[in-house]
Amino acid sequence: MPGADKETDLSERIESFLSELKRCGSGAGSLRGSAETARETTSLLRRITAQARWGNAGELMEIIRKEGRRMTAAQPSETTVGNMVRRVLKIIREEYARSRGSSEETDQQESLHKLLTSGGSSEDNFRQHFAHLKANVIEAINELLTELEGTTDNISMQALEHIHSNEVIMTIGRSRTVEAFLKDAARKRKFHVIVAECAPFCQGHEMATSLSKEDIETTVIPDAAIFAVMSRVNKVIIGTQTVLANGGLRAVNGTHTLALAAKHHSTPLIVCAPMFKLSPQFPNEEDTFHKFVSPHEVLPFTEGEILSKVNAHCPVFDYVPPELITLFISNIGGNAPSYIYRLMSELYHPEDHEL
Amino acid sequence: MADSVGRQTDSINHATGEDGKSQDILRAKSEGKEMTKEEKQRLRKEKKQHKKNKKDDKGPPEKEKEKTSVPAPSKPVTQSPAHKAAPVPANASPSESSAAAEKPAKSKAELRAERRARQDSERASKQGKKEGGQQSASSKPKATPNELQPVLKRLPEHVQVDDPAALKKLAKKLERQQVPLRSDYGYKVSLFSHLHQYSRKHPPTQQISIPATVIHPSIVRLGLQYSQGIIAGSNARSVALLHAFKQVIQDYSTPPNEELSRDLVNKLSPYISFLSQCRPLSASMGNAIKYIKKEISNISSQCKEEEAKNRLQSCIDKYINEKIILASEAISKYAIEKISDGDVILVYGCSSLVNHILCEAFEKQRKFRVIVVDSRPRLEGREALRRLVKKGIRCTYVLISALSYILPEVSKVFLGAHALLANGYVMSRVGTSQIALVAKAYNVPVLVCCETYKFCERVQTDSFVSNELDDPDDLIVTRNGKTHLENWQTVKSLGLLNLVYDVTPPDFVDLVITDLGMIPCTSVPVVLRVKNVDQ
Repeated sequence: MPGADKETDLSERIESFLSELKRCGSGAGSLRGSAETARETTSLLRRITAQARWGNAGELMEIIRKEGRRMTAAQPSETTVGNMVRRVLKIIREEYARSRGSSEETDQQESLHKLLTSGGSSEDNFRQHFAHLKANVIEAINELLTELEGTTDNISMQALEHIHSNEVIMTIGRSRTVEAFLKDAARKRKFHVIVAECAPFCQGHEMATSLSKEDIETTVIPDAAIFAVMSRVNKVIIGTQTVLANGGLRAVNGTHTLALAAKHHSTPLIVCAPMFKLSPQFPNEEDTFHKFVSPHEVLPFTEGEILSKVNAHCPVFDYVPPELITLFISNIGGNAPSYIYRLMSELYHPEDHEL
Repeated sequence: MADSVGRQTDSINHATGEDGKSQDILRAKSEGKEMTKEEKQRLRKEKKQHKKNKKDDKGPPEKEKEKTSVPAPSKPVTQSPAHKAAPVPANASPSESSAAAEKPAKSKAELRAERRARQDSERASKQGKKEGGQQSASSKPKATPNELQPVLKRLPEHVQVDDPAALKKLAKKLERQQVPLRSDYGYKVSLFSHLHQYSRKHPPTQQISIPATVIHPSIVRLGLQYSQGIIAGSNARSVALLHAFKQVIQDYSTPPNEELSRDLVNKLSPYISFLSQCRPLSASMGNAIKYIKKEISNISSQCKEEEAKNRLQSCIDKYINEKIILASEAISKYAIEKISDGDVILVYGCSSLVNHILCEAFEKQRKFRVIVVDSRPRLEGREALRRLVKKGIRCTYVLISALSYILPEVSKVFLGAHALLANGYVMSRVGTSQIALVAKAYNVPVLVCCETYKFCERVQTDSFVSNELDDPDDLIVTRNGKTHLENWQTVKSLGLLNLVYDVTPPDFVDLVITDLGMIPCTSVPVVLRVKNVDQ
């Protein structure tokens, strides 16, 4: 039966996506960038919308929430998956509201009156059936996908506004966004880039070779030399894994040191992050914030005799508080860290913060 | 020795041109003979007279002339005032003594004459001989001329790599001393074009023929150990240097018609040049060399050779014992007071002194655990880790990029130092300033442990003007079978930077523990002044 085939096909795809997510998290930098993960998640969600069985918006949201929980559980550190799920849920709510004909502004803003009087009764509203809801939702998801395709280009287009000639720019590790950003600026301006290699994975080496191929003067420094050379740096431009709800960052380890050194020398710290990295998490969740990988990266097995007596740690991420950040550059333009909470309320519905 | 005296003779002849005795001496020199003792003494008396006359005629103008004759090659303006401002003892610092000879001969001759005169008069006054009023005048304690005299210091050669004139001078000097010149390797980052960058695969000993007649074999071995990184660490290098010098002194025999005090110092100069070609001298090594040279020149001419050699060897032993071994005992005693039970102590890299302190504290039954922070490419922390674990101390090991993660657990930070500069900055392994910075952000106290013999009169505010560049190939690493930087030489715009030292500003450091006690960072010039007056 065609229905059953579609369902098994769908569940197969979901399973394969989950297993890929699980495999990707070895910490050696994802085999795919966050942008690809976001795109794949969104296409998978579109497929679920198209092929799964659901009667009204509420059921659809339940299905998506369930799948979303499974996906985030597969790889908790890959927050773009959860972000995309929340975006799609918001889309569904919007489309539903539009089909019902009610204005959206009042729905979005949590006025004090609404909080006190209605008290979460909006759940039942999603039970109505609309014929065109599916098509509208799929169309909206397609728009989301096109937006995702263009994020890197949007960010790189702003490069010339922020980089002038003869600057010394410092970065850490490898970020595809920052790479595109710098390459775009290098087409018109000459500047010098210092890349901190970010042990133990040394992704900075890849970044440096890729930048130097575009004839950008690049220097690779070990992490220990970050403060030593910071006095000659004009700007620090970094990428990040996640932007947290308070405007802080969850970035690759070593970034907090870089941010402190930049603050000490009053060097501006610019974060290039597309909007799909914005996540409604806060950094106080102790057990889910940090992710560790095998300590043999730090202390290899060749040091055998002391290995058993020593604790070795290899954290992957660092928390950078929002006070150290000067500017966020995203596909919708430049923002201060203090504005992040507004952007978040536009992207996600507060009830979706907990999937 | 004969060379330099000869040149002075020439210059003095140019200046005065009428002294009959100097003609004799000139004749003797031109015949390539070594001058007899009497002739030398006559020469010295002449110069004293000369100096006295000159001093009366033109005091200040002479000083200015000497100042301007200091290397003219343009240096960044910030450097030269800094160097000139630092007071310098009248005894030649190693850089001065090894400086090249292309200066306007007159001022150099005068310098040397002054120096010679002072040394003579010192010795004379020590032996109780009276040679006239002028002696007592010039034998005043060197402290007073020091403080007021503007610095005649020349820039050390190893920060003038971007100046072709200085490079030529160096090449000539090394040729004269028969020391091989080491060539730079690889593309240098433009910010550091004033420093040398050598490759470990091309040691300087490749160009020395066997047998090496000019350089003593133990010095050759020492140089090779330095350049390959076999001996690393400020204390280890100084101790190895002193032991090698002991061997040199042992094998030394005074040639006829020479004084041990003069000749031995001259014999040491090419060795020092060779060692600095292998690896730039550290501040502690510089101080040790100064001490040895002073001791050698203080040997009276009355002393027999054997006795002199024994005296020198015991001086060296005493230096090592006092300044390094006993100092570390004293520092441990002070530092252990600062370690309490339940402490979590963070250390960086491998400092022999800090390791010693921790082992002592563990023996004294203090309960603490240690976090060892390490960094690429040297990974010296593993050595420290081995030593501490062998003692039985509980350790954790992280790389420096995980510092922000581990610091909330830490109660104290202990750091070692390579040198303490006169403006309170701590010069240490690269990464130390980072640790101090992040510790300050988390409000963790930072304690630096340093012996007083590492105190240095230089001043420096950033890690660029004077540093050491290590072999850039060390940064290359192979992960998952891929080596991204393998062919970095072929890519024109790619550079690798492997710094060795950095400077930590004094506001990050809470306390410095020395063998004289626990002092704040800013008291370093006080200690230096006290030491100078003592000597």
